Amino acid sequence: MRRTLAVLLLAMLPLAATTAATEPMLLDPVAQRRLVDLSAQLRCLVCQNQSIAESNAELAVDLRNQINEQIKAGRTDGEIVDFMVTRYGDFVLYRPPFKATTLLLWVGPITLLLLAVFTFYRTLTRRRARIEDRPLNDAERAEAERLLGQGSNNKTSS
Amino acid sequence: MRRVLVYLLPLAIFLVVAVFLLRGLWLNPREVPSPFIDKPAPMFSLAQLAQPDAKFSPADMKGQVWLLNVWASWCVACRQEHPLLVELARQKAVPIVGLNYKDKPDAAKAWLAKFGDPYDLSVKDLDGRIGIDYGVYGVPETFVIDKNGVIRFKQIGPITEDVWKQKMLPMLEQLRKA
Repeated sequence: MRRTLAVLLLAMLPLAATTAATEPMLLDPVAQRRLVDLSAQLRCLVCQNQSIAESNAELAVDLRNQINEQIKAGRTDGEIVDFMVTRYGDFVLYRPPFKATTLLLWVGPITLLLLAVFTFYRTLTRRRARIEDRPLNDAERAEAERLLGQGSNNKTSS
Repeated sequence: MRRVLVYLLPLAIFLVVAVFLLRGLWLNPREVPSPFIDKPAPMFSLAQLAQPDAKFSPADMKGQVWLLNVWASWCVACRQEHPLLVELARQKAVPIVGLNYKDKPDAAKAWLAKFGDPYDLSVKDLDGRIGIDYGVYGVPETFVIDKNGVIRFKQIGPITEDVWKQKMLPMLEQLRKA
């Protein structure tokens, strides 16, 4: 039991260490902010579920340095993102662009939602249409009166 | 009839989802489609591994169909791929240029001495900058570059016998005719 716990805790250690990276800091805090923002938008291709900001893979460190240099060189965010996309493709973007190949990705969920709402609505309206609209026959009327009469009796007695 | 359809609907949805998931089992998420296919190979000029005074640039290969193989002595999968490259070099199947990626030149030379040198030449990408220009993220990677310096194919990870025979060899033959 203790051993399992120790192993679990050890396994969680990397979570605590994600932001500790060894690389030259930008002196300017605005530029530093841009570096963090930009690298958080870009996927690390070595460990695909981490961004370049989180990953400590060598490639991620290199790419952070690359962004760092480009910020210093006065490139805009758009230019830096383009630099990455021309090299690694749209896959590096956590927010993929809207185009033919990503159409399903963007439109899929909303289409499914609309379809679900539409189906739900149709089911409800159909159910309503099935409720018959005809006068009560005598037996039903008597039954209804009995029930309603009971109700009113209860009210007066209380 | 209608009733039956309604009851079959969940099964149908399940089957569609299952097919997609099943397909997903055989997709390799590491094989990211390269944006370089049919684009000109990025230019560079790097010092050669064997002769540090001499430079190499992709422009030197104009008119030839060739392979640019990204390798490193620290890369385990490169060793797995290596015998095939050595065999290709022995058959003189295609000129192979090595991009020695983020490696120590001494370690790289020792590695080639030990396992054989299939490369016409290797160039030193010490800081991995040219690797970034080529979108390298999983060494070994191999680019097929045509006579006009256009990248036609990219293999991520080791070239296997299968990939060589099924994809690369036919492609090389076709590109040579062009």
